[in-house]
Amino acid sequence: MSDLRTVPNAVAGPSTFLDDRLGGANFLKRNLRKIFPDHWSFLLGEIALYSFVILLLTGTFLTFWFKPSMMEVAYDGSYAPLHGVMMSEAYASSLEISFDVRGGLLIRQMHHWSALLFVAGMTVHMLRVFFTGAYRKPREINWIIGVLLLTLALAEGLTGYSLPDDLLSGAGLRITEGVAISLPLVGTYITFFLFGGEYPGEDVISRFYSLHILLIPGILLALISAHMVLMWVQKHTQMPGKGRDNKNVVGAPFYPAFMAKAGAYFLFTLATVAGLATFTQINPIWLFGPYTPADVSAGSQPDFYMGFLEGALRIMVPWEINLFGTSHAGTLPLSVIIPALVPMGIIMTGLALYPFLERWVTGDNREHHIADRPRNNPHRTSIGMSAITFYGVLWLLGANDEISANFHISLNVTTYAGRVLIFLAPALAYLITYRMCLGLQRSDAAVISHGVESGVIKRLPHGEFIEVHTPPAEDIEAHVRGKEPVAMLPVAEDPTGIPPKGMRGPVGRLRARMSKAYGGEKIQLDDGHGHGHGDDQAALERSDDRSLTH
Amino acid sequence: MTRITAWRRHPLARYAVLILALALVGMVYAAFFQAGKPADAALAAGKVDDVAEGKSLFVQHCSSCHGMNAQGTTTAPTLVGVGAAAVDFQMSTGRMPAANPGPQAPRKPQAPWVDETKIRQIAAYVQSLGGGPQVPGQEYVDPKLGDAGKGGELFRANCIQCHNWAGAGGALTQGKYAPNLNSATPTQIYEAMVTGPQAMPVFNDTTITPEEKRSMIAYITQVREQKDPGGFGLGRIGPVTEGLVAWVVGLSVLALAAIWITAKKRQKS
Repeated sequence: MSDLRTVPNAVAGPSTFLDDRLGGANFLKRNLRKIFPDHWSFLLGEIALYSFVILLLTGTFLTFWFKPSMMEVAYDGSYAPLHGVMMSEAYASSLEISFDVRGGLLIRQMHHWSALLFVAGMTVHMLRVFFTGAYRKPREINWIIGVLLLTLALAEGLTGYSLPDDLLSGAGLRITEGVAISLPLVGTYITFFLFGGEYPGEDVISRFYSLHILLIPGILLALISAHMVLMWVQKHTQMPGKGRDNKNVVGAPFYPAFMAKAGAYFLFTLATVAGLATFTQINPIWLFGPYTPADVSAGSQPDFYMGFLEGALRIMVPWEINLFGTSHAGTLPLSVIIPALVPMGIIMTGLALYPFLERWVTGDNREHHIADRPRNNPHRTSIGMSAITFYGVLWLLGANDEISANFHISLNVTTYAGRVLIFLAPALAYLITYRMCLGLQRSDAAVISHGVESGVIKRLPHGEFIEVHTPPAEDIEAHVRGKEPVAMLPVAEDPTGIPPKGMRGPVGRLRARMSKAYGGEKIQLDDGHGHGHGDDQAALERSDDRSLTH
Repeated sequence: MTRITAWRRHPLARYAVLILALALVGMVYAAFFQAGKPADAALAAGKVDDVAEGKSLFVQHCSSCHGMNAQGTTTAPTLVGVGAAAVDFQMSTGRMPAANPGPQAPRKPQAPWVDETKIRQIAAYVQSLGGGPQVPGQEYVDPKLGDAGKGGELFRANCIQCHNWAGAGGALTQGKYAPNLNSATPTQIYEAMVTGPQAMPVFNDTTITPEEKRSMIAYITQVREQKDPGGFGLGRIGPVTEGLVAWVVGLSVLALAAIWITAKKRQKS
């Protein structure tokens, strides 16, 4: 191959032809060498991206046979236990896809599994971005696009799993109706508008179909493109490390290294989805039966990403307000409105606002291209863990009937426990995470100042045993030293005791206090390895601790 | 007019006669009809011994909770009127004799002394106490004679609220639960419907006719014998296990793949 010095004509000819007319060479030259930093967690977002691609492909296949109609038909397909049962065309055609279309069940299951991985991938990607502070300037807009994508994905999932019109998704549809109708003043109108009359009406499936295959995927596609372009233009953040700073990007070029990795990762995603779809049954609509508003089953659950809303609904206390003491004047069903809107509001609004709140508290207006290690911003990490716990408790309680049935815990106990845990657990998570972050920072500081335990025990001339510590490897040290203090507002009072400008009113004082708590460096790293074993020894003698485990 | 004649013509005499006659009829009825009926039924079925034998088994194994005459105590309900079907259901599924008092007696292997004959004997005794639903004949529970499609509709309308769409079971309040239906025999399913064991309501023959019950049994047995066409069924409890698999299997595999891919660094030349 080494004697291939010139570009073969077969390649050069068409390439020159194209370049003369499109002028893409410069663009490609610049962009094919785009550098992408290497860290496994940076690939998590790609799970969502590739799942989306799989969703588009499998979804298109499903539309060839699916009939979005609520017309009643008698089933005469090949699934015997439903023979002669009256059902909607939507359900009948979903059964047809599952049992009578070649490969239909596999594609349906791939579609559903990749939908779960789509949302799960987005979730873990978002957590990675959050905990590394990669949403900071200049990436706030891209973060908000991400939050929108997540919200839209939930809507896409809800409209999608309602389409087969089976009994399980019908329960979800009923809850959707309940939430819509619970809204004050406009609830009834919205419900009648959505369902085209009394629930369930005859329109909702075809409407959800348009939303599910046209409107929401269109917006998702546009936002995903924007998300990718912004990421490309702003460049990816990188982990702190040797030779990496805020002005460069260290990693592999897009072509050929990163492209090969990304391509391989698409194949991994496809293999995982196809493997799950082949070996694991998902959404067995033939077991659920057709939807009729009169029936509902035990174990009715939404897909996992709606689980936190289900949990909120399940642990909510039965509050409702009858205006003027009578239901004729209007009822405000807090037991539906609060769980439907409050947790979702807290999580989504909190996510969208966090970059701006953090900037307000820290006053940090710099650009950040180096990712934080989660331990190095303990309050942010604690807030994140607290939110995960809040979400997790709701999520878990969304399955409280299965927990109760399978682990033999009284259903009532799970509900009462949930009502306490929803407040207690996030607070505990905050405290525990905060202490863990500081502990990890201390252990980093110990590695920098004392080095790493080598396992070699040395006996000194006067008889004392010590363990030899070796300095940390260069790359590890660079990684640890990438830590920088969390930015803080200038909160110090001047000598006369007057706080700085902008921090004198009640809001300003609060901001100053929050900044002081949130910012700064809690655990200092030492400057160098100046501290030999003399210090250790002194410390040992002081504490009278003769153990060799130090 | 003799004294007797005077009594006979007393204005209250006709009432006295009436009361005497009623009392006499009642006594005759109590003496022959009421006592004789179970004995007759048992005699006709050749089960006189069953009742006696059943009573002695009952006294040994059941009376500590249900009372010496099955009249019920504070720990267990009366068995007068529950019928042979209830005994057969509770004992053949191992629920009775109960191991310990709790919100609900679980299905368990039968006690070592229990066998079909003993169940029949105790059932005969309990049946003799006050009637009630009988153990159904084979023709009422044969899944082959039922219409699964019709049965499925009835199953979805009446059973799945507690037992889940595939009969996988579900939770009820205060530690009670609807068990899964996978190990229940057709006879047991029928008996459960007519007797309403534990937390379950009774679906008597006016609510759901015996033919409809047979169709429901056909649906339940067909669905539970069906091989899941989509692969491993994940307990047939729906999105909870699916979500768990998506996260634990799907996402873990992909995270490992990501770690593996990025661990491959270009060799320095």
